Amino acid sequence: MRSGRALAAVVSFVLVLCGPAFAGEPKQGGVLRMYHRDSPGSASIHEEATYSTNVPFMPVFNNLVIYKQDVAQNSPDTIVPDLAESWSWSADKKTLTFRLRQGVKWHDGKPFTSADVKCTFDIVMGKSQQKFRKNPRKSWYDEVVNVTTNGDHEASFNLKRPQPSLLALLASGYTPIYPCHISPAEMRTHPIGTGPFKFVEFKANESIKLTRNPDYWKKGRPYLDGIEFTIIPNRSTAILAFVAGKFDMTFPTEVSIPLLKDVKAQAPDAICVVAPNNVSTNIIVNSKDPPFDNADIRRAMALALDRKSFISIMFEGQADIGGTMLPAPEGLWAMPKEMLEQIAGYGPDVNANREEGRKLMQKAGYGPEKHLAVKVSTRNIPVYRDPAVILIDQLKSIYIDGELEVVDTAQWFPKVARRDYSLGLNLTGNAVDDPDQSFYENYSCNSERNYTNYCNKEIEKLFDAQSMETDVGKRKKLVWDIDKKLQEDVARPIIFHGRTGTCWQPYVKGVTVMVNSSYNGYRYEDVWLDK
Amino acid sequence: MFAYVVRRLGLMLVTLFGISIVIFFLLRIVPGNIVDILFDAAGFVDPADKANLERELGIDQPLVVQYLRWIGGLLHGDLGYSYVSEKPALDEILPRIPITARLAGLALLFSASIGIPLGVISAVYQGSRTDYALRVVSLSGLSLPSFWLGLLILMASVAMFGHIPIFNPNPRTFGEMFSTYCLPSLAVAFRSSALTMRITRSSMLEVLRQDYIRTARAKGASEASVNFHHALKNAILPVITVVGIEAAFLIGGLIVTETVFNIPGVARFLVEAIRWRDYPIVQNLVMFIAVIVVFANFTVDMLYAVFDPRIRYTD
Repeated sequence: MRSGRALAAVVSFVLVLCGPAFAGEPKQGGVLRMYHRDSPGSASIHEEATYSTNVPFMPVFNNLVIYKQDVAQNSPDTIVPDLAESWSWSADKKTLTFRLRQGVKWHDGKPFTSADVKCTFDIVMGKSQQKFRKNPRKSWYDEVVNVTTNGDHEASFNLKRPQPSLLALLASGYTPIYPCHISPAEMRTHPIGTGPFKFVEFKANESIKLTRNPDYWKKGRPYLDGIEFTIIPNRSTAILAFVAGKFDMTFPTEVSIPLLKDVKAQAPDAICVVAPNNVSTNIIVNSKDPPFDNADIRRAMALALDRKSFISIMFEGQADIGGTMLPAPEGLWAMPKEMLEQIAGYGPDVNANREEGRKLMQKAGYGPEKHLAVKVSTRNIPVYRDPAVILIDQLKSIYIDGELEVVDTAQWFPKVARRDYSLGLNLTGNAVDDPDQSFYENYSCNSERNYTNYCNKEIEKLFDAQSMETDVGKRKKLVWDIDKKLQEDVARPIIFHGRTGTCWQPYVKGVTVMVNSSYNGYRYEDVWLDK
Repeated sequence: MFAYVVRRLGLMLVTLFGISIVIFFLLRIVPGNIVDILFDAAGFVDPADKANLERELGIDQPLVVQYLRWIGGLLHGDLGYSYVSEKPALDEILPRIPITARLAGLALLFSASIGIPLGVISAVYQGSRTDYALRVVSLSGLSLPSFWLGLLILMASVAMFGHIPIFNPNPRTFGEMFSTYCLPSLAVAFRSSALTMRITRSSMLEVLRQDYIRTARAKGASEASVNFHHALKNAILPVITVVGIEAAFLIGGLIVTETVFNIPGVARFLVEAIRWRDYPIVQNLVMFIAVIVVFANFTVDMLYAVFDPRIRYTD
């Protein structure tokens, strides 16, 4: 009898020990409930330029290749096959060929073939009869001559010149493969993909519903029966609803640092992760018109910045100082700290920097008796407005009196695109942590998004040189030099790189928050509920 | 009376026609249109793409042509398509109307059923502690913004019950129904009932000083009969006017309440549509609201005659 009790005790002990291990096995079933921060413009990822669309609709699709969804840092080493089984570069590095997965079906039952790959990129490159309403990432594929197919299961990208980062662009959440047989208009309202979840409905300003794709080509995935997004634009209501347990997860990277404290206080069991979102807050200066056509005034302005103050006021210390590329360790391409601190305005002695700035302003004819009055334009939302107010305060230290000009969202981008501003505060997001996307888009002479009119033909050559460089070590050094030069030229002074939080209830498993992009990690096929 | 009603209906049509012109042109004066917004964050924009989209949506046409198309469609029951969702505007607007109508109806009901009796009590007990307490309540109702009150209700509900009463499209129990509609309505009605209470009080105070009230009391009528039968009946006209005006202004209060309680009603939808410059949605919705306001005013005028037999509408 005694031995029987002892045996029972041992078995119970072993079961208790093994309990967590059993709990760690993914479970099938359940619907993930998440709030959404706003109503996306449409369901078509290719036509939108916000992750408000990626988050709910990335689970509907597959890419050719994808960043590994359970690794937080996107890098060339974490790119894995998706609809492609494998890929290879030609010897001259000008052709990238994908061998495609066989037996994959679209959600409407039609087979996926290489024609769909060609169709997708023909529309994106503007070479198709079918057109997107808007095509924000057409310029990503400027170096691609065409996409050709070889049978149903092979597609090749033919390039004008080597561009190793093409693979990174194809792995982004912004690059799903669309079906040939569905029009762009239908994709905006009822998307058909090959992904782990099928689209059910999208009620603007209300909800988005996805259901499990039982025929998903990756066996055993997804674990969830579905995902439901409730659209709650009011952030206070959304956070309260999460705290009350109405949602399993917050909208990714949408919880600000001050709000995170509230969440942890009211829902201590919630798991929260703070990570960089690869969005930089920066100053745009219209360098073609007075007074900022004067390089000394631009330099003085860069010297007036106290970046640590911005970070302590807005992020309670949890943000990063860097150049154009996302700072390390999360960012792959950031210049070393010692190199960064050599740049004017990045040195630790803010008072000395400002003294130098005041001398430059005096050289330009301004001083304690004669201040320079400028309008500081920014978009009328808090993430833009708040740092603009701090900027105005800091500019006073170099005799610049800034007046805040808040601009309605509908007018902000058209206004800066027209260069109808003198000094502005802007946010720049990067879909992939790769220099090609950032440099060409924001600093190239011919780019429409080069809002500051910065144009340096020598730098432009370096953009191409780094873009073609296949040796990662050599490319990094080129990127650092370019980034340093951009900061020295005050092309678009970077104030800080923000960090934000994502929270989920403890029973939600398999969530990975990506640390160097907020656009690529929303496939949700590995997420499960331990209920 | 019949001729008066017909003339009023004719005037209502003229008013609505004027409103349609104001709505249409004011909307076009606001800087930016849907094409600007759609392309705002899209990086490089080919001007041909913008022109194509403007042509597709018909906003490249002269304003007069656009206006005539809208009015022509409206008269035939064709409200056009939402620029954003690309669905018929009617399909977008119709499902949201009952939600907001329920909220607005309940808010008006709460406003009248709380405001009028408390206003009478406050007037009857003028200068007493009850009167002072009720005046404090009414002043706080007028001072508290409804969005703040809404947030307080949400926070209190989470803190006390661990439940958040945001919108539930399919309430199954009375509790769910209560939290879905009654709590947001109360948040809106608080301000409105405070106003009703104050108007009722001042109107009642005036009437209670009249000779016929003294006569009624001298004839031995009970206090309840004096206050509610003789006094309130005669004091109600200004209250009806205020309730009518409040009905018109309710949509403003509902915008914030629908946002705070995450209710997918007409008011929040209107704000979103304005943000996107979704002209077909905005102009049809504002027109719909204008119709409601015009009819509310008409109803109030007709109610005057019901409550005060001395008022007779003639040519």
